[in-house]
Amino acid sequence: MLTIKDLHAEIDEKDILKGINLEVHPGEVHAIMGPNGSGKSTLASAVVGRDYVNITQGQILYFREDLTALSPEERALKGIFLSFQYPVEIPGVSMVNFLRAAMNEQRKYKGEGPMSPSDFLKLMREKKTLVGIDSALTNRSVNEGFSGGEKKKNEIFQMAMLEPKLAILDETDSGLDIDALRTVAKGVNALKKPDNATIVITHYQRLLNYIVPDYVHVLYKGKIIKSGGKELAFDLEEKGYDWLKEEYENSLNGSL
Amino acid sequence: MIVVEEKLPKHPDTRILERFDDGTGKNIHPVLDRVRATALKDFKRLGIPAGKNERYRYTAVGKLLDRPFVPLLHPHHRNFKVEEIFRCDIPTLDTLEFTVLNGFFFEEQETLMELPGGVLVGGLRQALKQVPQLAEAYLDNLSNTVNDGLVALNRAMATDGFFMYVPDGMVMDKPVQLVNLVKDDEDIMVQHRSLVILGKDAQAALLICDHALSEQKFISHGLMEVFVGENSAMEITKLQNEHNSMTDLSSLFIRQERNSRVRTNTISLHGGLIRNNLHVILQGEGAENQAYGLFLMDRKQHVDNSVFVDHAAPHCFSNQLYKGVLDDEATGAFDGKILVRPHAQKTEAFQVNKNILLTDHAKMNTKPQLEIYADDVKCTHGATVGQLDEEALFYLRSRGIHEYEARMLLMYAFAHEVIREIKIDPLQDRIHELVDKRLHGELPRCHTCLVDYHK
Repeated sequence: MLTIKDLHAEIDEKDILKGINLEVHPGEVHAIMGPNGSGKSTLASAVVGRDYVNITQGQILYFREDLTALSPEERALKGIFLSFQYPVEIPGVSMVNFLRAAMNEQRKYKGEGPMSPSDFLKLMREKKTLVGIDSALTNRSVNEGFSGGEKKKNEIFQMAMLEPKLAILDETDSGLDIDALRTVAKGVNALKKPDNATIVITHYQRLLNYIVPDYVHVLYKGKIIKSGGKELAFDLEEKGYDWLKEEYENSLNGSL
Repeated sequence: MIVVEEKLPKHPDTRILERFDDGTGKNIHPVLDRVRATALKDFKRLGIPAGKNERYRYTAVGKLLDRPFVPLLHPHHRNFKVEEIFRCDIPTLDTLEFTVLNGFFFEEQETLMELPGGVLVGGLRQALKQVPQLAEAYLDNLSNTVNDGLVALNRAMATDGFFMYVPDGMVMDKPVQLVNLVKDDEDIMVQHRSLVILGKDAQAALLICDHALSEQKFISHGLMEVFVGENSAMEITKLQNEHNSMTDLSSLFIRQERNSRVRTNTISLHGGLIRNNLHVILQGEGAENQAYGLFLMDRKQHVDNSVFVDHAAPHCFSNQLYKGVLDDEATGAFDGKILVRPHAQKTEAFQVNKNILLTDHAKMNTKPQLEIYADDVKCTHGATVGQLDEEALFYLRSRGIHEYEARMLLMYAFAHEVIREIKIDPLQDRIHELVDKRLHGELPRCHTCLVDYHK
């Protein structure tokens, strides 16, 4: 469903992504790991259409359609979802109004009429239980005054409501205690279906104990330097990133 | 006070006086006639405030008089009923509605209306006849013509307005609605003056709606003095929704006695030029004032809110929150001043002005000021001028909400912080709706009020 071909991208004229290739199929869970500054978040930003990411070369295909010309909302309507690393607080926009607006845009896109208020509230209740988010939170403004863990749960709650085909979880584990991590992972696993896919971006292996990936990719200096199965994550947990970095630098030197 | 006669070029403003001082305005009422002489003299000296006046730096009201208009001193003969030309479109709002048309109280009956509990409502001129001791004891106590040319002009020209008296201990269950209408075949200037008196332990809410019912170039200036007695509570909501040829000037003076609470909400949705002066004196200990403002301007509209809060007693609290969104080439100004007098210890005073500019051509001038002469006080002020939060915008879009709608949600949220402070629920709902329509560009000036616009 997602094919990234030789993707190069810059931010403020600084090269960040230097030739990414990635293929994601329905039903798969991919983990993208790597040290800080390797370009993980930039990759996610490029897929969802952040305007400050300037794509200089390569393609992002989603069901064979080039995404790069589409606005962020068009990408969202086509089923791409980003769970933000730092969800923004939006005082004055209530969770209910926000979600209803998002749901109805999605329904409009599919050619369906707006959801009835009672159906909408019923769906909200159902999904709240699924991701274990405190009921009181959804009566507040979007993320306003939420704790770090609540914000992340709220991301997964939105994911549950919108049922994306491709979900990208950007450092969803950062700032979470073990209980919150379990809840979030449980939510993500419950949403897993044969026809949707998940990309988990993380620095640490611990989230991958709960969301088990089919593939693990290591991103370093804007390139995927190693791909493997879930066991690669365990290797990284045990040995850190240094051995891979070294291997990569050596291979570069060797090729010179 | 020594007043130095300034040598100024002949004001274009004196044209008003030439037309005014022809005897037509005299013998209205002894009290009004008496103050007129001083007011005229002061006005000749001061003129209408222009750019040189620091308080009017961003709104040169004087310039408006470069075009001809007719000062209106007597009500025109009217052959219609208010219900025929105007219907308030806040259907769920159960208010006691009164109308001032072209500056004159509009009522079938001559005498003041007496409501349960001894509340009196009517025209100012009638109040001076019917309850002279009460009205004269308060009239002109808060405004002066020595240094304010606009007040001087008002006092020289206004011959009527609105009057309301709420006796001690009276808690009014319904809000009073004052509808200021302007309607004429000519470009007229309207001046009206109003007096609102709340005794001790009283409670009242006043909704003021300013509307122009025909498309002429009008200038309207309403001056209102509000006295709020000990332990009393008052909520004043002002709604301005007028066309682009309308100049709406407002001078609101409020004096608060011990432990009184006043809340003002000034909502400006449309208007060619709007200037709102709010002057609050916290006279008694423990008085509390909340001043909120919201303005949404576009095209070449201009709005200027000037707020002055005078902490004249210890242990008082004041809070100002003014927010605005300016689109196209709209311009705005906010001039807020908090004065804490030497003996006003334990004062708590806060002021915030936040603005969003939607284009590069929109402009906002904001000038928060604190003048503090007491040492044991807690005062803060702050102002921001910026754009919509790009991060928030992206967040909404990333959930499939179109950019236009996402912007609307954010602007609505921005405005919400002020609207939620309107404590009359049906009014809050209605203003939410009006603001939503306004942001979507679906709110024509004078909306559904124009029942017989073409008659």
